Amino acid sequence: MLAIEDLHVWYGSSHVIQGLSLTVPAGGAVALLGRNGAGKTTTLRAIMGLVARRGGRVRLDGRGLESLPPHRIARAGIAYVPESRGIFPSLSVLENLTVAARGTGWSLERVFETFPSLTERRDHGGGALSGGEQQMLAIARALMTNARLLILDEPTEGLAPLVVGEIETLLAGLKETGLGILLVEQNLAFATALADTVHVLGKGRIRWRGDGTELAGVPEITRDWLGV
Amino acid sequence: MLLDPTFLAIQFLNGLQLASLLFLLAVGLSVVFGLMGFINLAHGTLYMIGAYIGLSVARSTGSFWLALVAAPVAVALLGMVFHVVLLRHMQAASPMKQVLVTFGLIFVGLDSVRYIWGNYSHGIDLPAVLAGGVSVLGETYPIYRLFIIGLGLAVLAALHWGLERTRLGALVRAGVDDRETAAALGIDVGLAFFAVFCLGCALAGLAGVVAAPVLSVYPGMDMSVLILTLIVVVIGGPGSLKGAALGALVIGMAQTFGQVLVPALASVMIYAVMAAVLLARPGGLVRARHG
Repeated sequence: MLAIEDLHVWYGSSHVIQGLSLTVPAGGAVALLGRNGAGKTTTLRAIMGLVARRGGRVRLDGRGLESLPPHRIARAGIAYVPESRGIFPSLSVLENLTVAARGTGWSLERVFETFPSLTERRDHGGGALSGGEQQMLAIARALMTNARLLILDEPTEGLAPLVVGEIETLLAGLKETGLGILLVEQNLAFATALADTVHVLGKGRIRWRGDGTELAGVPEITRDWLGV
Repeated sequence: MLLDPTFLAIQFLNGLQLASLLFLLAVGLSVVFGLMGFINLAHGTLYMIGAYIGLSVARSTGSFWLALVAAPVAVALLGMVFHVVLLRHMQAASPMKQVLVTFGLIFVGLDSVRYIWGNYSHGIDLPAVLAGGVSVLGETYPIYRLFIIGLGLAVLAALHWGLERTRLGALVRAGVDDRETAAALGIDVGLAFFAVFCLGCALAGLAGVVAAPVLSVYPGMDMSVLILTLIVVVIGGPGSLKGAALGALVIGMAQTFGQVLVPALASVMIYAVMAAVLLARPGGLVRARHG
């Protein structure tokens, strides 16, 4: 579904992503792990066209996205949930859900069925939600774009274990429906539970790839590149 | 005489009328400055061109009402061309370049107007309904000035409704809150802001026609309001509808009452008000929401 080949990103003169390649198969879940500053967020931002200078190829179902502006990349079928959640504070919960809604599949009814806590808060301002609710809203808002691939930047960051569990169940359910997922995480247990393939990113390059069980068998990789 | 209630009421209405005009002008400038980060000094030129187009339409058709509709539409179209041909390419440029280019456009506008309409002052005749006066506390007050106040309030209400209740409004608020996230969700923020820019140009054109019967139409009429409008934007807080309205009210009143109460200090009055506001609130009266 998503194929990244030889991705490079520069911030000024520093070469932060140095030839990264990865694929997310249709309906598959892929996690990108790494320390702070490894380039995880930068990789996601580069996919969405949000970095100034990049090289390499990014394709979604064979269609090249490199030369498109961010809104066209999103419209090609990718929904992005940023690290900060990016909830629009001056929009109500309902407006947050509908402002970028398009396509069919995920409707307001289905979203409110899946996220009952948002139903009660539909007329609240986006800024009035708790961290967990904001994360749910950010995911629900992304689903309303009816994308084929969901990109999430540290969805569990700063959330209580109970909420992390809820998000895990939710994303596992979404994966079952055939939605592709690309996820950046620091939470190893969460990432390995959800993802079919795990990529370990360090200093702008993929240092290791495999599944969760294999990762448990290579302590030197976790020690050198994840610091756990 | 100065504290006579009738006199004060009349001056208050004059202040509101000026505030109304300044609001129509400032809202477009404020939005372009606050949302798109662009300093468009030629915004006043759009106002002047609106007045001239209104003049031509009113003279050739005999209808002030038609002029009131045609001028904003024509100025919005002109703004659209102006944006596509020039502004769009200047967005990434430094503020100094933007200021220089749009400052140059002021002179291009001035000479174009002189070339097309001549170097004279013109007036626009009012339709009979707006031409008379009404009694305000025993004094006769021109209906047309009340019309300007009403129009300003109606535009404020319509813009507020549009921003809070329509889809375009939600797109614009999302773009202002967090431009990157909005784009990453498939929203064409540039297009939404472009629509707002065109609306701002239309309102500048509207201000031009509306001002024409009161202030008359002449080459350079833009310069006298440009400074006031810039002050309104700065003290109101760029990028905020509420700020433009509040700033226009403050400057409209300061200018009007300054001239009648302390004529000797009238010319420094608005600058003193601006300095006081900026000392207390450097970002302006209303902070626009920014992601």
